[in-house]
Amino acid sequence: MDKFSYVNATSLKQVTSLLSDSGWGEVMMIAGGTDLLSELKEYIETPKTLVNLKTLPGMDSISANASGLKIGALATVADIAMHPTIQQYYTVLAQAAASVATPQIRNVGTLGGNLCQRPRCWYYRDETVNCLKKGGDICYAVNGLSKYHAILGGDPVYIVHPSDIAPALIALNASLKIAGPEGEKTLKVEEFFTLPAANPFRENVLEPNEIVVEVQVPQPKPNTKSFYLKAREKGAPDFALASVAGVFEMMGKTCQTASVVLGGVAPAPWRSAEAETALTGKMINESVSMKAGAEAVKDAQPMNDNVYKVTLTQNLVSRTAMMAVS
Amino acid sequence: MASWGEASQSRLIGKRITRLSGKEKVTGKAKYTFDINRPGMLYGRILRSEVAHANVTDLDLTRAEELPGVKAVIPLIEVGRKIRYQGQEMAAVAAETDDIAKDALRLIYVELEELPFVVTEADAMAEGAPQIRDDWKGNQSNPGTNKNGDVEAGFAESAVTVEATYHTPVQTHVCLETHGHVAEWTDEQNLTVWASTQAVFGVRNDLARRFELPANQVRVITEHMGGGFGSKFGPGVEGHTAAQLSRMTGRPVKLMLTRKAEHLVAGNRPSMTQHVKAGATRDGRLIAYDMRGYGTGGISSGAGFQAPYVYHVPNRRTERFNVAVNAGNQRAMRAPGHPQGAFAMDSLMDELAEKLGMNPLEFRRINDSNEVRQAQYTLGAQEIGWHRRNSVPGSGTGVKKRGMGVGSGLWGGGGGRGTQARVTINADGTVEAVTGTQDIGTGIRTAIAIIVAEELGLSPTDISVKIGDSGPGLPSGGSGGSQTTASVAPVIKTAAAAAKQKLFEHVAPLLQAPVDDLRVGTGTIYVASDRTKTVAWRQATGLLGQESISEGGNWDQELRQGGVAGTQFAEVEVDTQTGHVKVLKIVAVQDCGLAINRLTTESQINGGVIMGLGQALLEERIMDPQTGRMLNANLEDYKVPGTFEIPEIKSIVFDTHRKVTGVGEPPCIPTLGAIANAVYNAIGVRIRELPITPDKVLTALAEKKA
Repeated sequence: MDKFSYVNATSLKQVTSLLSDSGWGEVMMIAGGTDLLSELKEYIETPKTLVNLKTLPGMDSISANASGLKIGALATVADIAMHPTIQQYYTVLAQAAASVATPQIRNVGTLGGNLCQRPRCWYYRDETVNCLKKGGDICYAVNGLSKYHAILGGDPVYIVHPSDIAPALIALNASLKIAGPEGEKTLKVEEFFTLPAANPFRENVLEPNEIVVEVQVPQPKPNTKSFYLKAREKGAPDFALASVAGVFEMMGKTCQTASVVLGGVAPAPWRSAEAETALTGKMINESVSMKAGAEAVKDAQPMNDNVYKVTLTQNLVSRTAMMAVS
Repeated sequence: MASWGEASQSRLIGKRITRLSGKEKVTGKAKYTFDINRPGMLYGRILRSEVAHANVTDLDLTRAEELPGVKAVIPLIEVGRKIRYQGQEMAAVAAETDDIAKDALRLIYVELEELPFVVTEADAMAEGAPQIRDDWKGNQSNPGTNKNGDVEAGFAESAVTVEATYHTPVQTHVCLETHGHVAEWTDEQNLTVWASTQAVFGVRNDLARRFELPANQVRVITEHMGGGFGSKFGPGVEGHTAAQLSRMTGRPVKLMLTRKAEHLVAGNRPSMTQHVKAGATRDGRLIAYDMRGYGTGGISSGAGFQAPYVYHVPNRRTERFNVAVNAGNQRAMRAPGHPQGAFAMDSLMDELAEKLGMNPLEFRRINDSNEVRQAQYTLGAQEIGWHRRNSVPGSGTGVKKRGMGVGSGLWGGGGGRGTQARVTINADGTVEAVTGTQDIGTGIRTAIAIIVAEELGLSPTDISVKIGDSGPGLPSGGSGGSQTTASVAPVIKTAAAAAKQKLFEHVAPLLQAPVDDLRVGTGTIYVASDRTKTVAWRQATGLLGQESISEGGNWDQELRQGGVAGTQFAEVEVDTQTGHVKVLKIVAVQDCGLAINRLTTESQINGGVIMGLGQALLEERIMDPQTGRMLNANLEDYKVPGTFEIPEIKSIVFDTHRKVTGVGEPPCIPTLGAIANAVYNAIGVRIRELPITPDKVLTALAEKKA
């Protein structure tokens, strides 16, 4: 990696003002570093300054009450996976966090970092390949090897968003708080992520001088069942070939409301309104769940090597729905 | 005639004995080459080509040389020469810190004229493909052909035939410790090198030639090493470079390969593609076989594979050739040519058996003349519960379907001459065994201790085993071909026996008995004809006074034997919705002769099974035709088995005789076919291309449905 200076953060105000001095990439934030350090080592990023967020006080807390959860952006993935309240009431979130990487990485990787991590695309991660995401002319996956790439929402950059936690948060209708030089703002996690058509270079709406500080999750209704299913080639560590975060409010075997958010198949976590419609108000059974699966992928546009992801995603959505009644 | 004696007489040999270096290894105390740090040591790094094919038109080291902390920069390629694969060496630096060395590499200016490249076999064989080897016409070698019997007559006589194409991709070794060395010139004429190698003396001799030194002025040390699998027989460019940088700077230099370089240039198992047609008679005799196949070993040749394999076919014709691509060279890899050949053959056997309506195990029995394997079929089938398998493939109900399969293998492992050893008994009772072999991870250190301890009536922990060092000048061969134990054990045993004999000569007067009436007990020496006459070990060795006993050994044919058979059975569960294959259990029945240490022999079998499982389900070097680059030169996308992939492994040490035979390689062979056949038995769709990943399973299931 190239040389950089290292600054311990003392306040959010100081962080955002440090970030304000330049555009992307000059000053970068580091918390767990599990993603950033590999980008530095591979020269994908070459910042002049790193701001260490771990010294910010109080940003790693998880608090839960009857109205919901507040999770500081510095809470570790392991903290989330092992939190008893999250395991009990926000199961999809605990399961998603537990599916991330390895215990070592979960112990240092943070919530904020997980949401803001960069794509794993093997062209993007190769310093010598100047792909569209890095300012080049083409997305190499289009005519190249695309086994792990997007089947939905790709154009013109066919990366998939690697986060497991993001689909779970969106399915739980979570919001996140962003701090910037002008103060704080809150938006839905769903609105945080963007597609390459809007911005091929970034995966979310964060400005260079903004920082994710907190995630808020409303408490699901008592009759809620939720699950995170993740298909991968290897048990661990491995990123999702496809994943499904499903949150269902159930009355007996009838699904009153459904949230279905896909991971690993699109450049952003992908809410499947089609699958949700197919499940809402229905008695869940084999044929309804299969219909929901088919609906989830009806707009899929697979590439040369990832046709299998269509079937896989369809099957995972069906399986997740069936779990709500099993 | 020398022998290892009866099993009932063995106190240690054949028992399960904990690895002597086990505690050191699991506590991190064991020092690998990576852990060696010498006073004043510099860090070496190699600049590698990132393009697959190019002419080098300019090379300027100046800026790197000027970087503070850089002590030496050398070119590794000349202007005007060709780059022929990604990862090829271009220059090297030695610097005060590893970070400076890395920075320096980026200051080296290389101008390349890029050339058209091919990185896949299909592209290399396509019409108009760029020529990538000057010594070949096209990118294919002249085929090697072989013919026995009358193939056409065989097919005419066949009741059923199968025609299929089987493919295995390039697999890399993935040594946990990458290749590397710490080189230190103690003066202008003496070089010491710590090497992560499987051939201490091979590296010594190579470096001595390279630097024109008498061999005994090069000392190579490999106390512990983190895996070689056939890729670590010589110092390679990186070893030569470390030694050269050290000589130039007059300081020790550590140069270890990066994980990326390890994938790119440190060897691989070549790919295999077989187009094969085979026929069998109604009563299940395999009688005709016609195979045309190829593989790539990168820019080198050597992509051979076994075909046919294990099972006898009287009428056969084979044609094999190498395909050159712009990618790193192949090297020997655990049972070269066998696992891929076994995968194709065992798949073919199952396809023929199905056409005949025959149980695949019965079909194998008919066509396998090896008596050991016949017995293994029976035992393995019993252990896995072969009767539970689906009689109709894919007939299981539910989303997750189970199936079973079988595969077979063979190997040599009989050892050979070339080892010298010394066993020393000191007056204080300590015992030392010295030889120039190295522990590639198989447990030879412990095996040596067991043999000496058995011979002298001591415990393995009483024996100080000194291996992995060329310093004492007692050579031994490289650890390859599953030869180490069979080569070393006879020499160690005869050396220990000679030392014992010498000790008996000192003890005989004290016990007032003839030498040939003396025996060792447990920590004692006694008189066989009068067991009341006994002397404790320490008292006996005390008779040596100022002297030590130090005896050599010799290679005794009668103590070893080559030729092993192996069979494995797999049970798998395939998730038909996700395409994920989970191996539930492997029963590995491995013929091995005398297992010096049953525990490490089982470990060898476990390790082989895990490696075979990786090749069956996960591993593949992925080359990008667009950029000419390996896309998964890491451990994120080059996937090797982890905890979740490893099934219950029932390793059965099938010891058929009392002579030493190596089993390092054979246990990785039958796994591929056993798993592939089990997947077929589970889902009723055959995957003829490894690795069997979810995309292939889902695609195959979708094709079956359509």
